[in-house]
Amino acid sequence: MTALHASTSSLGNFFTDGWITTRRNLIKIKRVPDILVFTLLQPIMFVLLFTYVYSGVINIPGTTYTNFIMAGIFAQTVVFGSTYSGSAMAQDLKDGIIDRFRTLPMNGAAVLIGRTNGDLFINAISMAVMMITGFIVGWRIESSFPEAALAVILLLLFAYALSWLMSFLGMSVRSPEVINNVSFLVLFPLTFISNAFVPSDTLPTPLRIFAEYNPVSALVQAARTLFGNVPEGTPVPDVWTQQHPIITVLIGIAIMLVIFVPLSIRKFASISTR
Amino acid sequence: MTFITVSDLAKTYTPKGAGPVHALDGLNLSVPQGTITALLGPNGAGKTTAVKILTTLVKPNSGVATIDGIDVVRYPERVRPIIGVSGQYAAVDENLTGLENLDMVGRLYHLGAKASKARATELIELFDLTEAQNRPVKGFSGGMRRRIDLAGALVTKPRVLFLDEPTTGLDPRSRLGMWDIINSLVGEGTTVLLTTQYLEEADQLADSISVIDDGKVIAEGTSDELKASIGGQRLEISLVTASDSAVATEILRRHGTAEPKISDGGREITVKASHAPAALQAVLAELGDAGIELFDAGMRRPTLDDVFLKLTGHQATTEES
Repeated sequence: MTALHASTSSLGNFFTDGWITTRRNLIKIKRVPDILVFTLLQPIMFVLLFTYVYSGVINIPGTTYTNFIMAGIFAQTVVFGSTYSGSAMAQDLKDGIIDRFRTLPMNGAAVLIGRTNGDLFINAISMAVMMITGFIVGWRIESSFPEAALAVILLLLFAYALSWLMSFLGMSVRSPEVINNVSFLVLFPLTFISNAFVPSDTLPTPLRIFAEYNPVSALVQAARTLFGNVPEGTPVPDVWTQQHPIITVLIGIAIMLVIFVPLSIRKFASISTR
Repeated sequence: MTFITVSDLAKTYTPKGAGPVHALDGLNLSVPQGTITALLGPNGAGKTTAVKILTTLVKPNSGVATIDGIDVVRYPERVRPIIGVSGQYAAVDENLTGLENLDMVGRLYHLGAKASKARATELIELFDLTEAQNRPVKGFSGGMRRRIDLAGALVTKPRVLFLDEPTTGLDPRSRLGMWDIINSLVGEGTTVLLTTQYLEEADQLADSISVIDDGKVIAEGTSDELKASIGGQRLEISLVTASDSAVATEILRRHGTAEPKISDGGREITVKASHAPAALQAVLAELGDAGIELFDAGMRRPTLDDVFLKLTGHQATTEES
């Protein structure tokens, strides 16, 4: 009979516990078909729909619509991919499994680390699937490998930071349904009233102004620029965030992490069912 | 030796759009090592809140709670390694298998990969879940989920086990199985604090019962002491015709320990009795001799409602807290 001694939490456990809760979420991806469909099929569908439905009517000077649209689809997909943390935290709270975790001598941040890692993993798979599908339908990276890699990292990091924000919302709102509905209602306008699917200067003035300041537009602009899909001479809106999209996205990521990592960990330390 | 001590614990919730709820209002409790103590009370009495404070999930507004001398509010990280918790709702991951759930808990207790897996397998066998061990918990029955949840609380052989309504919602057969498991734990020296709404459950399992209402302990003692305090068992007869009422009441009065209560227009007569089976036999014989026809007759054991009616003057409410 092995001695069964529980050891208390320490920094060393931060990594072990984080990995164990991450593994829990990875197993879930394998077992729940919905997540798999969301992760694999939806990105493929979006790439095909947007490129084939709109490429005939939307004309982008200097490049193809397929080249233009890919950064937009990447951004939209990873932004929506980050919402899963919110509903999953709310669901775990409802199911009482958060209570179980909180009575264990584990690191207090581990569940959140595992949760946001799960989203990161899903988003990484989605990115790979979209890029492959994109290549098949004619998307080309028109920059260097390091720039393209930076684009992928920016997209994933932005979504990762958003996962922490969503985790906090999930623990605060406590209802998976509300989280899903609210993120749908907020994120659809946020991703559509942007430069993701059409150049923002084609939008009516109020929407154009919203789109130019929209953080999603900065993300799309950064990715599009880094993939080399912005043809030379294309006018960029005279807005600081659009002129300096990469630094804007990095600042945005930093702000979200600085605020919501500590806030989520603190929230987690006091939540319980009911 | 006292293992769990709770003194003057108070907790007030303020739900949105409603007045404050005093979940605990000066709770006192002491649980000796190696015994089962039951917190008996209706929904909303504060049982779950007490367990949540003791298991470090919720902080009280005032008062002190210690486990093995450790203050649970000040040193939650020192309490967590020695406790096991199994709640009202099975806190298991639906998408993991039974084995994976237990292994995850073991790993989070930092048992090490090998020891954790071995312990998980051992518990699966102990809880008779071998056939289902590699199926996701999603497909488990209610009783199986509870067993996995309880097994999760036992991964490290905790020194103290908290069971929050361990059998609420279970069918009678699963409930009996759960009782067997809980009883066997104390044989191994585990201290158990369990909450329940069922007098019968407290009766079967607990060495000592604390009756709780409105966030306070209103009575405590062994099951026998509590039953005695509310007058023990009752005899109940139901007559075919109300005209026999006077004669029957007289017979019951002679065999009871208090004045009989008459209802339903004289057709139903109830009386407290000290040794109910013998009293029932005598009453039936005399009623037979007197030629009185019975519609129904029997003994009634005290219920939680009786305890509450006696102790608080109100019925045990069943509203959600």
